[in-house]
Amino acid sequence: MGDRALLVQLGDAIAPEIHDRVIALDAALAARPPRGLRALIPAYATLLVEFDPLETDFSQLSAAVEAAIQSAARNARAPAEHLVSVCYDPKVASDLATVASLTGLAADEVARQHWSATYRVYMYGFAPGYAYLGGVAPEIQLPRKPAAVRGMPTGSILIAGPQCLVTALEMPTGWWAIGQSRDLIFDGSSDQPFQLQPGDLVRFRPVGLDAFRAAAG
Amino acid sequence: MRIAKLLVERAGPLTTVQDAGRVGWARYGVPRSGPIDRLSFDAAHAALGNSPGGAALEVAAGGLVLRCVEGEVGFALTGAAAVAVSEDSAGGAWQCGAIRPGMRLSIRGAVGGNWGYLAFAGRLKADAWLGSVATHALSGLGGGHVRPGQELTVETAALEDEGRHLPRPVSAPSSFQARVVLGPQDRFFSREAIERLLGKSFGVTMAMDRMGMVVLGPDLTPERVDMPSEPAVRGSLQVDGSGRVTVLLSDHQTTGGYPKIATVIAPDVDALAQLSPGTAFRLVEVSPEAAVRIAREDHTRRERYLAGLRRADALAERLASFNLISGMVSGTDEDVVASGGGQTVTV
Repeated sequence: MGDRALLVQLGDAIAPEIHDRVIALDAALAARPPRGLRALIPAYATLLVEFDPLETDFSQLSAAVEAAIQSAARNARAPAEHLVSVCYDPKVASDLATVASLTGLAADEVARQHWSATYRVYMYGFAPGYAYLGGVAPEIQLPRKPAAVRGMPTGSILIAGPQCLVTALEMPTGWWAIGQSRDLIFDGSSDQPFQLQPGDLVRFRPVGLDAFRAAAG
Repeated sequence: MRIAKLLVERAGPLTTVQDAGRVGWARYGVPRSGPIDRLSFDAAHAALGNSPGGAALEVAAGGLVLRCVEGEVGFALTGAAAVAVSEDSAGGAWQCGAIRPGMRLSIRGAVGGNWGYLAFAGRLKADAWLGSVATHALSGLGGGHVRPGQELTVETAALEDEGRHLPRPVSAPSSFQARVVLGPQDRFFSREAIERLLGKSFGVTMAMDRMGMVVLGPDLTPERVDMPSEPAVRGSLQVDGSGRVTVLLSDHQTTGGYPKIATVIAPDVDALAQLSPGTAFRLVEVSPEAAVRIAREDHTRRERYLAGLRRADALAERLASFNLISGMVSGTDEDVVASGGGQTVTV
């Protein structure tokens, strides 16, 4: 892309086996950075490799990426797992009732469907700290709202289609807010505010309103 | 330590603190941010003898008025803006000067372009986030937006010759062309759309901010948009489902689900972003290999230009250094800024 980035395409779909290859290549290049490497940005089926054009060029970097693809398959690592507390009380879950009526499930059942699944961190995007998680149960999958809604609080647990998102900043969104969490919010003061790595696994743990408010301080 | 304090009397909504940018966090959704026009930003610091990449102010159409309330400090103004010091109503672009208590710096934005830079001789204090004071405009994280009533502090404040003119880089021929490398999602577009991309002219619109600029041109509506989100870069030409084309800039989203038909190469993105609304331009294809070669040549040219600014103690020395630089002219020839702002673009 342009004069200083190479986009490595490892598939054309959102699928765990394609994403495994993205993450393995990301890890292989990070472990042995080729000369001139500046940044690695993993996504669903692609890895962006940014480089300094003063230090390397497309042919050198392509060769290094080809070699890393070969070695990556042998170096797959076990993903880290995170347990994130979520409050599904309707008082802090503004769309839970609507999602329940649109899916024909009870609100408790929407929450249970959400916290009983295991999610994969596919990538970050949209805004700083917004991690896209895949693995929402088919029973609670809904298309996004026709228009974005403003003022969704930071820490909202959002779903749309097969995707789940924990919001890290207040931004307009057309996704459905079915809970809130304090675990993944950052305030700009931390030196490493992003706890989830692409490729990690996430599980959610339901907590009551009192526990949620206590954690909120 | 010598300190200067400046009170913000007026500030347009797009006035932000920027440094060279926030590197290494794009995989967490954090764009690099930093100045839209990096050469003008670097030139402001170089002219003052500052170390490169420090905090400076980016000024857009809304302009900026500062009043010195303590100490004295030199400044450099570069890019698409003009400055008047106190009652000196002439106002000029690309110049250095100094202000003392009671004096006012009035900066008019969007003069012959969109983005101007104000640096101070010394260190402008600003809040850092993830190792950088560059402002991510959408969240306000980093040094942040500059607001009326705010007081700016410059540490280790030094003075600067009054009214020194700065040579400006000239990178825009009368009809502007930006070089692009096709892809990475050119497979989403018909062959005719690619031909129109490279054969027809585009126009700059009013729709621009730090994330990107919308440009108007031929119909490039993609044949399909069903792609999983992919990483984007500064300079990506993103086309949404309705055919709207956006050139991604410093605060762009790190990943996106719309196909990118081509990428404007880094040496041309900043000059493109300085084109005023209504200006026409064309896109020219270069190979990826040529793009790398152009990037290296451009780097050498920029370094020579900045080195010339840094050791600009004497006019003779400056003029000698200009002769080494092809395509550069002295700002003294054209520092008169039209008051109506209707001047053609020189960036």
